[in-house]
Amino acid sequence: MSLPLHAGTENCVGPEKGEVTPAFEKQADELVSRYPVSKRSAVLPLLHLWQETFGYIGPRGVEWIARKLSLQEIQVLELVTFYPWFRQKPYGKFHFRVCRTLPCALGGAGKTFAALQKLMNLKEIGHGGTMVSEDGRFSLEYSECLASCGTAPVVLCNDAFHEKVDDNKAATLVAECK
Amino acid sequence: MTTKRRLLLPSASEALMAYKEHRLIFKNIDAPGYTRDLTCYQKHGGYEILKKGLAMGGPAIREEVKKSQLRGRGGAGFPTGTKWGFIDPAKVTKPIYLICNADESEPGTFKDRQIIYKDPHQLIEGMILSCFANGVKLAYLYIRCEFTEGWRILETALAEAKGAGFLGKNILNSGYDLEIHVHRGAGAYICGEETGLIESLEGKRAYPRIKPPYFPAVLGLYMCPTIVNNVETLCHVKHIIEMGGEAYAKIGRPNNTGTRLICVSGDVVRPGYYEFPCGALTLGELIQHVCGGIRNGNRLKAVIPGGSSAKVLKAGEVYKIKEAGVDGKLVEKEVKLEDLRLDFDTLAAAGSMAGSGGVIVMDHTRDMVECLANISTFYAHESCGQCTPCREGVLWLKKILSRIAEGHGRDDDPSLLKEVADRIAGRTICAFGEAASWPVQSFLGKFRDEFAQRIRRNGNAAKKDFVSLTH
Amino acid sequence: MNCCEKHPMNPWNHDVAKDEKDLVDVQVDGVWMQMPRGLNVVEVAHRAKKFIPHYCYHPKLSVVGNCRMCLFEMGTPKMGPDRKPILGADGKPEIAWMPRPQIGCATNITPGMGIRTDSALVKDCRNGVMEFLLINHPLDCPICDQAGECKLQEYSVEYGTGASRFVENKVKKPKNVDLGERIVLDDERCILCSRCIRFSSEVMKDDVLGFVNRGSHSTLTAYPGKSFDNAYSLNTADICPVGALTSKDFRFQMRVWFLKETKSLCASCGTGCNITIGSREGKVHRLTPRENESVNSQWMCDFGRLNFHDLESKNRLDRPLLKAAGQQFPATWTNAIQRAADTLKKVKPDEIAVVASGRLTNEELFVLKRLLGELGVTRVDTVMNPGQADNFLRSGDGNPNSRGAELLGLSSGGRKLGAWGGEIASGKIKALLVLGGEDLVAAGIPADSLAKLEVLIFSGILSNATSQLAQVVLPGAAFAEKTGSMVNVHGRLQRMTRAIPAPGEAREDWMILRDLRIALTGGNSLHSVEDVWKSMAGEVAQFSGLSWAKIGDLGIQLESAPKIREEVSA
Repeated sequence: MSLPLHAGTENCVGPEKGEVTPAFEKQADELVSRYPVSKRSAVLPLLHLWQETFGYIGPRGVEWIARKLSLQEIQVLELVTFYPWFRQKPYGKFHFRVCRTLPCALGGAGKTFAALQKLMNLKEIGHGGTMVSEDGRFSLEYSECLASCGTAPVVLCNDAFHEKVDDNKAATLVAECK
Repeated sequence: MTTKRRLLLPSASEALMAYKEHRLIFKNIDAPGYTRDLTCYQKHGGYEILKKGLAMGGPAIREEVKKSQLRGRGGAGFPTGTKWGFIDPAKVTKPIYLICNADESEPGTFKDRQIIYKDPHQLIEGMILSCFANGVKLAYLYIRCEFTEGWRILETALAEAKGAGFLGKNILNSGYDLEIHVHRGAGAYICGEETGLIESLEGKRAYPRIKPPYFPAVLGLYMCPTIVNNVETLCHVKHIIEMGGEAYAKIGRPNNTGTRLICVSGDVVRPGYYEFPCGALTLGELIQHVCGGIRNGNRLKAVIPGGSSAKVLKAGEVYKIKEAGVDGKLVEKEVKLEDLRLDFDTLAAAGSMAGSGGVIVMDHTRDMVECLANISTFYAHESCGQCTPCREGVLWLKKILSRIAEGHGRDDDPSLLKEVADRIAGRTICAFGEAASWPVQSFLGKFRDEFAQRIRRNGNAAKKDFVSLTH
Repeated sequence: MNCCEKHPMNPWNHDVAKDEKDLVDVQVDGVWMQMPRGLNVVEVAHRAKKFIPHYCYHPKLSVVGNCRMCLFEMGTPKMGPDRKPILGADGKPEIAWMPRPQIGCATNITPGMGIRTDSALVKDCRNGVMEFLLINHPLDCPICDQAGECKLQEYSVEYGTGASRFVENKVKKPKNVDLGERIVLDDERCILCSRCIRFSSEVMKDDVLGFVNRGSHSTLTAYPGKSFDNAYSLNTADICPVGALTSKDFRFQMRVWFLKETKSLCASCGTGCNITIGSREGKVHRLTPRENESVNSQWMCDFGRLNFHDLESKNRLDRPLLKAAGQQFPATWTNAIQRAADTLKKVKPDEIAVVASGRLTNEELFVLKRLLGELGVTRVDTVMNPGQADNFLRSGDGNPNSRGAELLGLSSGGRKLGAWGGEIASGKIKALLVLGGEDLVAAGIPADSLAKLEVLIFSGILSNATSQLAQVVLPGAAFAEKTGSMVNVHGRLQRMTRAIPAPGEAREDWMILRDLRIALTGGNSLHSVEDVWKSMAGEVAQFSGLSWAKIGDLGIQLESAPKIREEVSA
């Protein structure tokens, strides 16, 4: 019943390319229809839809959504930059989020992160932030609490959720990212 | 005492657990063969309570919820009946909205995840009942997007419920119409604050609103009366209607009624989620019996009893707590940490809070500087940045703590930390200010020596045990 | 929240009481007083001559309560078992003080409320907010253009400390951001009060500014590629409490404490926005709006605000000119006035046409009226200068005093003037006196037609096609260089005050007209603006009973004219 191992990997890479298809429009319209009082409420749903379809939210996405909802672009950009789930640049095909908050930290999230970083051959860039591998296959970042503190440390790989990710499990996960 | 308890055999622990656990919400969760689809839910009596509620009528449901003395399970513990009572559906001319707060993100809390992933219809039934009781025609289920599967599960469950006539137009021929939509957040802790959540749902930055004048009951979503309830709270409504408010109020303790979902994480043998009558269990029983004691044979050092915002409790502490004696009179008693009852009032009396029910346990090997640095990093990252003390102060706290953790502490850092925290708490737009300050105030208050020692050792002795993770 | 009637210009008016007579008892710093119900605590303190510092609160914008500078201690009456307030020995309610400070901007007074604006807790709150605001703020006031009118600087004297306890790295943000044509942003100076965002959104209905990023990294910006250049953008530089938003035109030109401030009027259109002229040593450095709820509230348009650079134009006329042998040469005032009078005397009154101007003050127009009456000249009109109406402050009338010219009977709204081209060509008009610097060539009278005139006398501040044809050029004074009154398009009589002297030998126009009158008719008796008023009040029905002093700083609505609010809301 649960999601495949690395669900949602299809569109994480590459430029914000691809057509806005009639099917996409239809999905967007359905989301907008859920907010009969104010279509501005549909910004978050449309940002999710855009990111899931096109991999990330660049200027094209911001401007398309602004037009769709009769908003100013800045009103969309304000949200893209406020909510950490949204990204303005492409991530790796397999994007890992390692929970770093206290229960996971007590459970060894730091070691998990270091292991993943080594397995993905990622160099430390700057101060924290997201690291993307040179070949665009992997990206890795810390995330705040993922609400599964009892099975620490936990990791999201794209949309797939993994619990108790120790060094061994990290290695298995990375090996399965093809 | 502690040693003796640690020696209890696992089987004895299980016996005690079976004796005390009272599963209402978790009744079917993790039960063998139980699945989250509508068919299974209905096989276990699902949506029968909705039928009962529709027959009772809204005012009667609200009355039962009031009688149940249910307190909100999101963190503040505000009485649900009172919250609902701020709105009178018979008098309000504007639409009334209900929002289910499923933005579970208080570190240490993972109860809503179990409900959403394993028994979504229970939540939906509780939500429909609550909407019906309050004259709500349009409701939103605000779920954190990190529940990547959870929102899909809820979409499916809502579609199932609608297909079966429990949602949509003329629910079960009662003449009552209701739409519920899933709304995904996007990784902002502040959306757990109800007015921040409302702003977020309106398509804005999740800046909490000033109160007054923007009390949700008056000027909530789209400036209309709005009820925001936690996932667990809404599930309790179903059980209250099932057994009646008075019967429900008999579970637990006076003013701390019903069962409570408790999540345990950190340095225990068996972290996990449990359901107990409110206050039926002590902290010691929880850690030693339910969770199998401290892991690796270590000793308890500190517990955060209600999510990371709650003030930390220190092993060996003794609290003066007033309790009603046999004759009903309040008597002040000395209560040890391990004997603290896990309910709203006791934990508040101990200077902390039951909060969202997330218990984080730290053993004697843990460095309190690193633990606090970790917590403060979380709050610095999650501050929305709207109001000055929180925006500037919380990042400052984090910077000082990271610096100490990295071995560059200064002698006056502990007092500076406390003064900064004191100037945040109580002066911000929302309770985030307290959430970010309480850990600092309590860690410094209770482990001051450890901070001073850490600063004395400084560079040559900075630990790197990956707990602080102050990126 | 103050729920005053919504004005199209200002959706919020927190400083205006709903009913000044509906009073409630409140205690401010131990003293009981009566204040209008519903006012917020910042405004109540202000009226009580107490000061509650604030950054984000602005009486004309929605209340957001984000700066936390206006925290105060609040109390409510202690209630007895009968649900009635318990009274103390002084017969006033006893007050129960809340442990948590409240924000003054979002707290409206209620009966029996206690307000402490200077308790230890309040001081600690302010000290705290000041410290927080400064930890990531550059501490370089000497090179900041806002210095001298910066609230951060101002309040830190009162509520700050001498030294910083902050030893960490400051948050880095963009500096010198080109937000638009007229505004520069320094994000490190921004305290995120959101006044500019609210002004754009609530007053201008133009959501062009916003915050990006989160927490301490929150940053004010416009959408990349979009510029912040709406017609009122510079108001944000006024309401920005710190040096984040500054005017490109004014920044680094002059330290504000050197500026002399003169209350006056904007002369760029018929609205007559009330302004303050900031000048130093005979030079205007900036215009800023001056609050007048009946005209412009606290705002003005960018066009009017920046429309003072003509004062120093290279085309500025700064001495009288006389034409001889087809060339204009500098002359003395005595000679120029004499020449003008002599040539005018040579033509018959009905051969003279006078272009009065909607740019002249009432006083100037009145002297002119006297003169024309004495001469028997009836052919007088004004040039219509269309403005760009925008449904906000800018008027469709580009003249600041068309209504004054009408009231004084010197304008037919350009109807008469339409025939003058033909009458000049046919020789019916032999002499033309052009005032207010009007360019008749631009107004449609061909230059070769004007060249045929026996007499062409021009008065104005800038040279133009008409002035170049004139036999006599009399250099006048610009709006900042003269004192007088005007009537705006909504019938409000307002005062203009001289801030700087006219350049070179240029003179205020009423003096030019007075001297011309003495030379032409010997008529005198008008030696000052006050003198003019005495006569004018007696002769012009709408001005009867008024005097220069009575107009005051905020002007007077003339009975015969509709009020601006009615007109705007109609």
